Amino acid sequence: MSKVYLALQDNDEARYIVEAIEEDNPESTIIHQPAMIRIEAEGYLVVKRETVEEKMGRDWDMQELHLSLITLGGNVDEDDDQLSLSWNE
Amino acid sequence: MNKNKVTTMAAKKLSLKEKYSLLTRDLDWEFSYQDRKDAFPMEEFEGIKITDWSKWEDPFRLTMDAYWKYQAEKEKKLYAILDAFAQNNGHLNVSDPRYVNAIKLFLTGISPQEYQAHQGFAHIGRQYGGVGARIACQMQSIDELRHVQTQVHAMSQFNKYFDGFQSWSNMQDRVWYLSVPTSFFHDARSAGPFEFLVAIGFSFEYVLTNLLFVPFMSGAAYNGDMATVTFGFSAQSDEARHMTLGLEVIKFLLEQHEDNVPIVQKWIDKWFWRGTRLLTLVGMMMDYMLPNKVMSWKEAWEVYFEEAGGALFKDLARYGITMPKYAALVEKEKEHISHQAWWTFYTHGHATGFHTWIPTDEELDWLSEKYPETFDKYYRPRWEMAKKLEAEGKRFYTKALPQLCTTCQIPMLFTEMDDPTQIAYRDTVYNGDRYHFCSDGCKDIFHDEPEKYVQSWLPVHQILQGNCGGPGVEQVLSDYYHFNVGADNMDMKGSPDEKRWKQWKGVA
Repeated sequence: MSKVYLALQDNDEARYIVEAIEEDNPESTIIHQPAMIRIEAEGYLVVKRETVEEKMGRDWDMQELHLSLITLGGNVDEDDDQLSLSWNE
Repeated sequence: MNKNKVTTMAAKKLSLKEKYSLLTRDLDWEFSYQDRKDAFPMEEFEGIKITDWSKWEDPFRLTMDAYWKYQAEKEKKLYAILDAFAQNNGHLNVSDPRYVNAIKLFLTGISPQEYQAHQGFAHIGRQYGGVGARIACQMQSIDELRHVQTQVHAMSQFNKYFDGFQSWSNMQDRVWYLSVPTSFFHDARSAGPFEFLVAIGFSFEYVLTNLLFVPFMSGAAYNGDMATVTFGFSAQSDEARHMTLGLEVIKFLLEQHEDNVPIVQKWIDKWFWRGTRLLTLVGMMMDYMLPNKVMSWKEAWEVYFEEAGGALFKDLARYGITMPKYAALVEKEKEHISHQAWWTFYTHGHATGFHTWIPTDEELDWLSEKYPETFDKYYRPRWEMAKKLEAEGKRFYTKALPQLCTTCQIPMLFTEMDDPTQIAYRDTVYNGDRYHFCSDGCKDIFHDEPEKYVQSWLPVHQILQGNCGGPGVEQVLSDYYHFNVGADNMDMKGSPDEKRWKQWKGVA
């Protein structure tokens, strides 16, 4: 199985998003690099709106992810509630 | 409750999928009195077969209202930081004045290509019969325009304090090493719309731009350059969308018709090779031009190509797509190319629009550690020799103009990979003229479309033909390239940049 990944800017918003990703993807690895945070996982990774909202304590639109996103790897599937990354092997 | 609020609430009832579908499906129309082929005249000549445009899907399902909203927010954040950078004399906080030379190469080498990407996407966006593709290209075209603007703004601050930034737009079309990225984009833009999309959207954006933006911008952060980090990551936030689009494009083309598979594979092979050659400049920036280093070029290649690209090509295997041709060769090249490139720039440092230098002893040790297989054996001895010459007051500059590869336009600096002391030369005769190449990859590309590449504008040929002023190199540099000779070029040691820095910092 190959790794999917997501990199976010290391900023105030993204820290909550990373917390949410960590909670929803217990198998993921979080790597801190200068100015950015890389999150990777084997095969599948999901960002859930509900969990992010819970961490931030406010409404959060899935598409706000674009403001902090640096890069990603994997096939993207997004709707109003979540964004997932996966590989088809 | 005001009227606007009502509208927003009503709009909220539509899901992302519904909104995207309304934008991309219902915006098109049937051609009743015109032939569809006349409306989209470039859609067929490349041999790509599209049976159903409605299968085009943007996974982010970005609609125009959301696009403007989020892009505006990105811009506000970016310009607030650029203002803060300028107001607080951010240029004084960079790790070392040598660092600024990486930014000179970025502004002169990469930023003008953002503008070419903008023009390219604006052009091809018009050529597709499907609305989804047209909208995606429109957004990307606007993104690329934003990138060039933010980069020029960010770097205008450096232009007030450092040499070498003043004539970037003039330099783009003329300077010997800048013709490498410029000709890369000219090649893509003069191809058909589908090849352009595979070249830039997939091969460049998906497979390779991570290597340009991510480790390099992280490096900018590590070197105290807030302005570059900010425009870099702001641009990169668009790249995540571009990359996703690039991958969707490939899947779309491969799913539309099996006849598309060999055409797409050929383009992937070509543009992967063109891209890796172009990224030699980035490898050199990472290993030699960043005083505080984040990761080596080799490490970046392993993470962002071998690992990420490996996963990607496994995913595409179900369509019959294989790893790009020469990927195995490139795996060997990661040990060598950054060293070969910086040596070439160092020895041609009188003809570059930025400063070059010998790595410090600490940096040489870092390179030895990061490249245990190759650095001490092949490259460190050269730098030890350069140090000795410099100490004797004989800093080395070559007198010769380099021979260029007809395809990638990089000087012939790459070696055979199984013999790193032998420069690789390939050549071919076409219509009675001999053409030279740095590699089998570049020769293959020429052979596939010789009529295209015989027209290459090769800077060294042009100088020797008298088309760039002269007669001497110095006049070419000053009158044709618009360098401030003696300030922009030559070694970092003794440069006006270095003198000013020492004054600002109060050191002798």
